[in-house]
Amino acid sequence: MEIQFILNQKQVTAEIGADAVLLNVLRDLGCKSVKCGCETTNCGLCTVWIDGKSRLSCSVLAASIAGHEVTTLEGVAEEAEEFGSFLAGEGAEQCGFCSPGFIMNVLAMFRELDSPGIDEIKEYLAGNLCRCTGYMGQLRAIQKYMQAKKTQKMAQRRGEATA
Amino acid sequence: MLTISNYVKAKTPEEAYELNQARSSRVMGGMMWMRLGNARVKTVIDLSELGLDQIEESDNVIKIGAMCTLRQLEECEALKEMYGDGIAESVRHIVGVQFRNQATVGGSIYGRFGFSDVLTAFLALDTFVELYDGGTIRLSEFVNRKPDKDILLSLIVRKSKRKFRYESIRQTKTDFPVIACSVVTGMVHGKETWYFCVGARPMKAALLEKQWEIPKDVSEEMLAEYARQAASEFTYGTNMRGSAEYRRHLAEVLIRREMSSILAEGR
Amino acid sequence: MMAAAMTEKMDKKQAGTVKNPGKLRVVNQPVSKVDAPALVTGKAVYTNDLAPSDCLIVKVLRSPHAHALIKDINITRAEAVPGIECILTYKDCPDKRFTMAGQTYPEPSPYDRLILDQRVRFVGDAAAIVAGTSEEAVKKAMKLIKVKYEVLEPVLDFHTAKDNPILVHPEENWKSLCPVGADNKRNLCAHEMSESGNIEEVLASCDYVIDRVYHTKANQQAMMETFRTYTYLDTYGRLNVVSSTQVPFHVRRILANALDIPKHKVRVVKPRIGGGFGAKQTSVSEVYPSIVTWKTGKPAKIIYTREESLIASSPRHEMEMHVRLGADKEGNIRGIDLYTLSNTGAFGEHGPTTVGLSGHKSIPLYGKAEAFRFTYDVVYTNVMSAGAYRGYGATQGIFAIESAVNELAQVLGMDPAVLREKNMVREGQVMPAYYGETARSCALDRCLKRAKEMIGWDGKYPRRDMGNGKVRGVGVAMAMQGSGISGVDTGSVAIKVNDDGFYSLMIGATDMGTGCDTILSQMAAECLDCELEDIIVSGVDTDTSPYDCGSYASSTTYVTGMAVVKTCETLRAKICERGAEYLGCSSDDVEFDGQKVTNLKTGDSISRKEIGNRVMCSSNAPLSANEAFSSPTSPPPFMAGIAEVEIDKETGVIELIDYAAVVDCGTVVNPNLARIQTEGGIAQGIGMALYEDVVYNAKGKNYSNSFMQYKIPSRLDVGNIRVEFESSYEPTGPFGAKSIGEIVINTPSPAISNAIQNAVGVIIRELPMTAEKVYRGMQGK
Repeated sequence: MEIQFILNQKQVTAEIGADAVLLNVLRDLGCKSVKCGCETTNCGLCTVWIDGKSRLSCSVLAASIAGHEVTTLEGVAEEAEEFGSFLAGEGAEQCGFCSPGFIMNVLAMFRELDSPGIDEIKEYLAGNLCRCTGYMGQLRAIQKYMQAKKTQKMAQRRGEATA
Repeated sequence: MLTISNYVKAKTPEEAYELNQARSSRVMGGMMWMRLGNARVKTVIDLSELGLDQIEESDNVIKIGAMCTLRQLEECEALKEMYGDGIAESVRHIVGVQFRNQATVGGSIYGRFGFSDVLTAFLALDTFVELYDGGTIRLSEFVNRKPDKDILLSLIVRKSKRKFRYESIRQTKTDFPVIACSVVTGMVHGKETWYFCVGARPMKAALLEKQWEIPKDVSEEMLAEYARQAASEFTYGTNMRGSAEYRRHLAEVLIRREMSSILAEGR
Repeated sequence: MMAAAMTEKMDKKQAGTVKNPGKLRVVNQPVSKVDAPALVTGKAVYTNDLAPSDCLIVKVLRSPHAHALIKDINITRAEAVPGIECILTYKDCPDKRFTMAGQTYPEPSPYDRLILDQRVRFVGDAAAIVAGTSEEAVKKAMKLIKVKYEVLEPVLDFHTAKDNPILVHPEENWKSLCPVGADNKRNLCAHEMSESGNIEEVLASCDYVIDRVYHTKANQQAMMETFRTYTYLDTYGRLNVVSSTQVPFHVRRILANALDIPKHKVRVVKPRIGGGFGAKQTSVSEVYPSIVTWKTGKPAKIIYTREESLIASSPRHEMEMHVRLGADKEGNIRGIDLYTLSNTGAFGEHGPTTVGLSGHKSIPLYGKAEAFRFTYDVVYTNVMSAGAYRGYGATQGIFAIESAVNELAQVLGMDPAVLREKNMVREGQVMPAYYGETARSCALDRCLKRAKEMIGWDGKYPRRDMGNGKVRGVGVAMAMQGSGISGVDTGSVAIKVNDDGFYSLMIGATDMGTGCDTILSQMAAECLDCELEDIIVSGVDTDTSPYDCGSYASSTTYVTGMAVVKTCETLRAKICERGAEYLGCSSDDVEFDGQKVTNLKTGDSISRKEIGNRVMCSSNAPLSANEAFSSPTSPPPFMAGIAEVEIDKETGVIELIDYAAVVDCGTVVNPNLARIQTEGGIAQGIGMALYEDVVYNAKGKNYSNSFMQYKIPSRLDVGNIRVEFESSYEPTGPFGAKSIGEIVINTPSPAISNAIQNAVGVIIRELPMTAEKVYRGMQGK
């Protein structure tokens, strides 16, 4: 069957089987950032946004997303790079295989929660497994990123106030 | 491995029901569990355009559409106002936010899984299921029915002044529960009634109803005796996550803590 | 002035090993990994991202039986499925045994495998290989293959394996290349005894002897990227293998052995790897697409499912360790006797070697012991083959020895940290159980002292009742590991000077996410007095990269790092020579400051850029250097870990509150990467201690076959992990560095066990330490 949907702000068409899962369709469309780590919805590596919400693309029937909006890391490259530099600043990407899914959920968290505390962050990201880092470095990166954003915003406000 | 030949987004509940009468048809929820099974499905029926993804509150009930996600349950203000943090507590340990953005209430309830937190939570409340063909029946009745070809449209929780608690024990924080217990109490036909529901025994959740009048200042010993009594009326089994004996002990501890918490609130 | 310049030149020549860590410019700095930008933006850099789209999809049909003989295998109907290109059975595979263990030749692991064998030895063992143009076709064909098995009784209990009448490997062409005490007719993969002093006499004269048995389970490395490989034939008809592996050079040999083809027919390329932790030190997936490509001439790929990665891979060896630990009344540890029984499963990969570390890297932690004895048996059974997992046997042995020391502390009524302060190995001591090596760099004493301060040991030991039904306890453990395999591991490095003077750093060491491409570049930049950006580095290609045994045994920083230092020294001399030639003077008169070669007599100079460009015109010699390094010793890093847990007294539920760890890895080459390695290793160790277990049923079927059932810790399960470094200076290492990769997994199991012991008095001797075990322990008291 043929489906049309919006992938990273662009209308795309894909010819798919009725049982095709979104993960594979996205990879075939060139979004190689989307990874599979477990097949049983436990690891979070395949996280993408559907209509702005974090979902596990390994268990989404591609047929069901016709007419919906899908975002992968490729679609938020600039933001990914910005947050990614904080992650790399801690060495906390390590093997990098879980980074795309992790970053997608981190960015979703920033959209959903306003300055989340440590416990909120941990709970929001609990579905993103990482075997390399022990999670502490990821948390440091998030905290430093949030701090930098706050400083940026304040500087902006000051700029607006003086202008 | 799951294979699917046709995918249909049903336009009406009638269409969904008709399609589902074929032996090789299946209704999809969040696709969390169905995907992991071995089945050759001719037609998979998607209910996502039937407007079943809303939680509606009226004077007497809270109606939860079958396609609502567990995340919606977790964040539902109406349920929180009525029953406190218990509902959110029952789902927030389930894998992760992405999973809960996808797994549906209908899928969780229809599947009648042994590990289901959602079932364990709602079974203890005054809950009904709305079926396309079978009408509205008690969840406690639905749970013990064999899966059939009807369509689950919504979960209906009657509002009442009942107190609700939910607790579970897990090995890792996002694992299936080793045991899950909900306790509800309130006045039913003028009598103080306690409902106990224990899931992940590892068999599916079962419900126990007791007309116990328990004074708010009940002694610790008496309370422990009530909890022992309640826990002993369930059966338990052994699997990788725990032995039957340990599960029985945990059920007793959790039930006691939940009862104690409810009684403390009343004091 | 001249003299001063010459002295400075002498200093520069000795740059590298003798440089004062305080003066380091690039090394010891927390620089980001060189591949980070690609990784955090999700670029297509991993094996499956790079595989051509026309690869045949390869899958393995697996045995449902733990032990059986294939009587008949009918593939007629399966072959008829449209899109099926090739179905292989044992009849199509060479009958020459090999090992999948990635080890230096001659491998200690026995040659006990065929690509496909008529005898299947565990549930999940390979029975047939199917390749086709689509996954659907392959899956369909797999269902249509009819295999008739003669089901045999399996050996599932590793206690009864040795000398069991049922043999896992009865075959005549089984062979062991090294004298490791293996005997396939006894289900024995290895056996050895080593000792120093008279252990029986010493133990007989001890005031206290702790005599206990400890049991650690198989654990999965569970790297996020499962095993995967793609293969194709190149222009020259050679087998090209792109694989997620830690050991490309060993894979070349393994494939040549497996396919019975000359080694020159094989090329192995390693792209980015999504984690390894030892799993990929075994050639788990490479043989399958390789034989398909070799037979069909077509490109092929295999992507292991998570299930396959959990049922047919290379997990940690299950071990049972019997410890006898003798001490006097004052708490002086006088003798240690250890017997380890190790379960290698169906095949012997890493069986003879992992077990050695259970004694040789645990017993030497106690420097005062007058005698030790270490005996082991490694047995075959009908469960999945074990392999290499971070810690490599040391993890198991350290759980046993450290737990026994904690039990001794309890018997003596002594603080377990104080008992360790009294007995721990110290700098300058000879370690008889560590092949007689001397601890030339050891800050273990400082590590323990600092870890105690970090956690507030003196205020928290042994327990604090929190008054809400919960009690908190603290527990301690120490650990050591090695830095490479002494006298075996070899790392080679080549550096070229290119136009504009940029450097190509060529290494055979395999970055598996841990950052060796970065830290080896840091070392090169330090030695060559240039910026990190002046050096390019790339993945491993066995056709062009210099030989390296691979990234395992905690060898890369130390062994390959030293090769980098040596190569840079040689290259600096060559740059001086070439600069002098271009300046028309003697090389004795010049110095190279990283940017230019200067004639110290005239002040004339030529830039590195210009040298690089001139080398490319009318030159009779390349401007490059290569060197190799192998070490006669394997200096141990040391570490102390302290856990604080909270136990629910009613349910036994364990909450990890805090984990303080202090590591002595010598000079820290990159503080960020070392910290992440440590935090990550501790988290894996926490998983091993509390959650992870490979569970088989009575027929040998593996229940722990998904991340739903094999639970690795999430970020909610690891508490707070805090890491610091107390550096010693290792004189034989690059810039004083030792290893970091493996040691970090070793302390959680014994430290958490000790914390539980101190909190509620329950001693758990079998991992994982579940709430139910704690509960039962409390009931039993």
